[in-house]
Amino acid sequence: MAIGVKIMQRPEGQLSYVRATVKGLALTVSHLFQRKVTMQYPEQKETADWKLSDRWRGTHRMLTDEQGRAKCVACGLCPQVCPANCIKLVAGEDEEGNRYPLIYDIDEFRCVFCGYCQEVCPEEAIHVGVDYENAEYQRERFVYDLERLCSQTHPVSTLWDPADPKGE
Amino acid sequence: MTPEFKGLLLAAVVKIVVVFSVINVGVMLIIWQERRQSAFVQDRRGPNRVGPFGLLQSVADGVKNFMKEETYPAAADRILFLLAPVMAFIPAMLGFAVIPFASPWPGFDFAMPVLGRFVSAGVVPMVMADLPVGFLFVLAITSIGVYGIVLAGWSSNSKYAFLGGLRAGAQMISYEIAMGMSLIAVIILVGNVTLSEVIGRQQDSMWFIFPLLIGFFIFMVSAFAETNRLPFDLPETESELVAGYHTEYSSMKFSMFFIAEYSNMITASALMAALFFGGWDIPFTTWDEGDPSVVKSLVTMVVFGLKTWLFLSLFIQIRWTLPRFRFDQLMHLGWKFLLPLALGYIMMIATTVWALDALGVAFGIRYALVLFGANIVLSYGLFWVLDRDRLFGGSRPGNKRRIA
Repeated sequence: MAIGVKIMQRPEGQLSYVRATVKGLALTVSHLFQRKVTMQYPEQKETADWKLSDRWRGTHRMLTDEQGRAKCVACGLCPQVCPANCIKLVAGEDEEGNRYPLIYDIDEFRCVFCGYCQEVCPEEAIHVGVDYENAEYQRERFVYDLERLCSQTHPVSTLWDPADPKGE
Repeated sequence: MTPEFKGLLLAAVVKIVVVFSVINVGVMLIIWQERRQSAFVQDRRGPNRVGPFGLLQSVADGVKNFMKEETYPAAADRILFLLAPVMAFIPAMLGFAVIPFASPWPGFDFAMPVLGRFVSAGVVPMVMADLPVGFLFVLAITSIGVYGIVLAGWSSNSKYAFLGGLRAGAQMISYEIAMGMSLIAVIILVGNVTLSEVIGRQQDSMWFIFPLLIGFFIFMVSAFAETNRLPFDLPETESELVAGYHTEYSSMKFSMFFIAEYSNMITASALMAALFFGGWDIPFTTWDEGDPSVVKSLVTMVVFGLKTWLFLSLFIQIRWTLPRFRFDQLMHLGWKFLLPLALGYIMMIATTVWALDALGVAFGIRYALVLFGANIVLSYGLFWVLDRDRLFGGSRPGNKRRIA
């Protein structure tokens, strides 16, 4: 023996190759008939024991009021709080003095999905959503404008579990 | 051309085309099965997207491999590098030529409008070439296959591929011997090497798995090593040698090694079925041994396919059951266990056969049962008394380990 190889001291019953092989085969064959754990993704988005969390923070969604206008009042808190600096907001004002966003773009590429915008929003207008299927063919398409944000339909993220607000 | 010659030609061409395409489609399906079965063992589902149940997955992979870039290592020996996959591929396809895959097809005699009359000389044996050298041809051809692997390893000019090629060479030589030795027992029983003879003998008595149990065991272990399948896939050990001998190969050249490996598996399985499991023989009935008919040929072909498939499934199942051997363990198993065992086994079989002949027992079921009994005694000695620790210089406390 060239190098000191550690020799395992195994109990008698574990020494046989044949017994080990037969036992192993029994195990692997039994697994052939066991329930498969793979989720068939595009057809099957959740299973009995797994579903996407309600607190999942995905692409944004802007809520609208009864007239179909964005709830946003262009207060400027979300671009202020955004750590990734991905929100572009240009505010406008109508004749009655109500502020509204002229431009409201979110660059989903820069976004880190921290959810601060949703947390800081006084009007509950901007939300991160429970959504992850957002592939696009062009990079430009990842800058979501106001119209696109308003037309998203996926559920919005709950920032915390209402039953357990302190995260206990 | 005489009608007889045309008949011979027609039969040969049809058989070759059918067998070649069946093997290639079989390889495709067995790759799919390997992936599915592997997945099932691991509680996954495996490829199930391309075609029904993912059956066309191999086709998709083939298309992908044709599209991929062919890479040539800068320091590779160009000619040998190109030649190696071919040298692995062709023997893999050739091996099946001597294996009978169905009961004989009835003789034919018909005429076609332009080509004229076709007459077969008697019944058509369902084997591509019923060579007098029989299964020795398979052993010879599979040994040639290793040249492809060794050359692939050497010509790639990569240390991993080189080591893989060396290992393949050493492994092939080692296990070829045990394999050949285990088949001598078959030769003793049959007195001939042609596989049709072997199958006929098994129909006269019983499947050789019973009288040659240990021989089958040796043959199977060697076949695993010969086809470079786990637990003996030392030539490609992805954990140590990247991908072994085909590390530097890409696209279709890699695919050829892959197909060669699987068609070797098919040939080895078919050989096991033919030598030890009665070939195309249907058990518990003599219906298939009577006058040849088309139905019989087709049914026995299916039966033979089933037997082969069972071994292929075993190949795959073993892959997920046994961990890979270390190289010294592999050599140890080949030279210090299987070879002496095979030699001793020849002695035992020869003695028993001699004794039976001396007692005047006619070859038949009784003859085979006596041999079966002798095998049971020997296997009891092997697997329950000697077992691993003494045979392999194992690790029982107080035993000096004999692996050098």
